[in-house]
Amino acid sequence: MIQVDNLEVTFGADTPLENRALRGLSLTIPEGQFVTVIGSNGAGKSTFLNALAGEVLADNGKILIDDQDVTRWPTNKRAGLVARVFQDPLAGTCEALTIEENMALALKRGHGRGLSRSIRHEYQKKFQEKLARLGLGLEKRLGDRMGLLSGGQRQAVSLLMATLQPMKILLLDEHTAALDPKTAAFVLELTKNIIEEQNLTALMVTHSMRQALDVGERTLMLHEGNIAFDVEGQDREGLDVPDLLALFSKTKGEELSDDSLLLG
Amino acid sequence: MSSIAFFGAVESGLLFGLVAFGVFIAFRVLDFPDLTVDGSFPLGAAVAATLIVTGWNPWLATAMAMVAGCMAGVVTAWLNVRLQILNLLASILTMIALYSINLRIMGKPNVALLGDETVFTPFENWDIPFYLINPIILTGFVLVVFFLLVRFMTSEIGLAMRATGVNDKMARANGVHTGRLTILGVAVANGLVGLAGALFAQSQGTADVTMGVGTIVIGLAAVIGGEAILSTRTIARWIFACLIGAVLYRLAIAVALNADWIGLKAQDLNLITAVLVTLAIVMPRMKLLKRRGGQA
Ligand SMILES: Nc1ncnc2c1ncn2[C@@H]1O[C@H](COP(=O)(O)OP(=O)(O)OP(=O)(O)O)[C@@H](O)[C@H]1O
Ligand SMILES: [Mg+2]
Repeated sequence: MIQVDNLEVTFGADTPLENRALRGLSLTIPEGQFVTVIGSNGAGKSTFLNALAGEVLADNGKILIDDQDVTRWPTNKRAGLVARVFQDPLAGTCEALTIEENMALALKRGHGRGLSRSIRHEYQKKFQEKLARLGLGLEKRLGDRMGLLSGGQRQAVSLLMATLQPMKILLLDEHTAALDPKTAAFVLELTKNIIEEQNLTALMVTHSMRQALDVGERTLMLHEGNIAFDVEGQDREGLDVPDLLALFSKTKGEELSDDSLLLG
Repeated sequence: MSSIAFFGAVESGLLFGLVAFGVFIAFRVLDFPDLTVDGSFPLGAAVAATLIVTGWNPWLATAMAMVAGCMAGVVTAWLNVRLQILNLLASILTMIALYSINLRIMGKPNVALLGDETVFTPFENWDIPFYLINPIILTGFVLVVFFLLVRFMTSEIGLAMRATGVNDKMARANGVHTGRLTILGVAVANGLVGLAGALFAQSQGTADVTMGVGTIVIGLAAVIGGEAILSTRTIARWIFACLIGAVLYRLAIAVALNADWIGLKAQDLNLITAVLVTLAIVMPRMKLLKRRGGQA
């Protein structure tokens, strides 16, 4: 279970460029829940995910993962609890390393590393099995450099890498945004399947309201560093994009156009 | 060129192969432009020579020189990782500090190893041409280091170090303590350079406080040259390319110095190396620019 309590992150505090990216955000995510997150540009979605991962440290508030206070933990220490896939396909993998080296690196997430060989036969077999289910023929290309793969292939491998080890939460920050529609649909389908199969707790940021409603069990909307609304269960069923816009103006007393969300 | 000149160049090429390994770790693996090398090379020489003169076993003295090099690397990386000083500047600070430290260690600008036992002494009476002895022993040294380095770079920690250099955010997200690995990598790099300095002092019979000048540029020339000629497809080949680059570079320099019609003198070396490295860095980019220009 993930508990976030009154989280505050301010960039450039006490300067003219002060930017309160998160303003006292609180949220509880029970184990095994798949949450989608929407919000306009600059709403604080990426900052929230970065704060959960440890890449950005909170100025105030608390983050608890399974009742353990991780607020002050750096990214690498949280890595055993938090796995993530980045928006940029280049960010989540090392293009200079081979597919198997990337996977071997991810295989040790949350474990100590030693001087034993990073690539072993049993690992290679495991990687091949995992890659084979993608149906992209990558299982025959373990020794190819990551940089040779297309963006979609890299995101698919990133997703596999993130799920090689157990985690308490999987963070997906618009991980299909940089892909063409067909590839995006493929990676999204893969995401849904893996999350369902392994019963993962996940937080997925998306720019599409339709997608936010179609996948997962709960939808959050962030606005100006806080939660504008939070729907799940029966309230969420049957909702459509206009309903979300109405929900927003009801809670915020402001109008928000479809475009400002979708296109920013 | 005489056999003596030829094998002298091979000998120094092998020594600079060790420097090239260090430069490879810093510049290529960690993407950390480390100029500490110009100080850790004479540091290794100073430590080894001083200890040998005071009667230490040459092997122990050489090991201590390596440790000293590692410590210099730790200082540089620590200035960068903990105090957040720009990596290039951090390495310059250490390099400058090492000049004073090296003088302190030796107590004077140079130490001569006259008749003292070195790691090469036991092989002196070997029944082969004398100019082959040092190259053969150094080949042994370099190959051992080569295999250990390749083994390390393919280990779990080595892989994490390579990831740190190319994508530190991704490495952290996978649980890699990037700061610690940067310190370890720069330490190993300078340890190897310290080892090179120690062996250089023993093969030349002297340690001098100014002998480090230009070490980094020669190391870079070796790495860039090796990459230009040989494949870098696997980490083992890449490291091997650095070694070959170092040997070929020293041979090329020896040939150039030998050809009287060119009129080169030893003191021109740093200038030539700097020009060659600049060309090697710029040339691939020029090709790229040309290609882009052609398309537009
Ligand atoms: N490292 C940083 N330094 C300074 N300001 C930052 C930094 N990261 C984010 N911000 C600012 O914090 C605010 C929230 O940014 P964030 O990236 O979290 O938005 P987002 O909801 O992910 O937007 P998008 O939909 O465009 O990805 C923005 O105003 C942004 O400019
Ligand atoms: Mg974002």
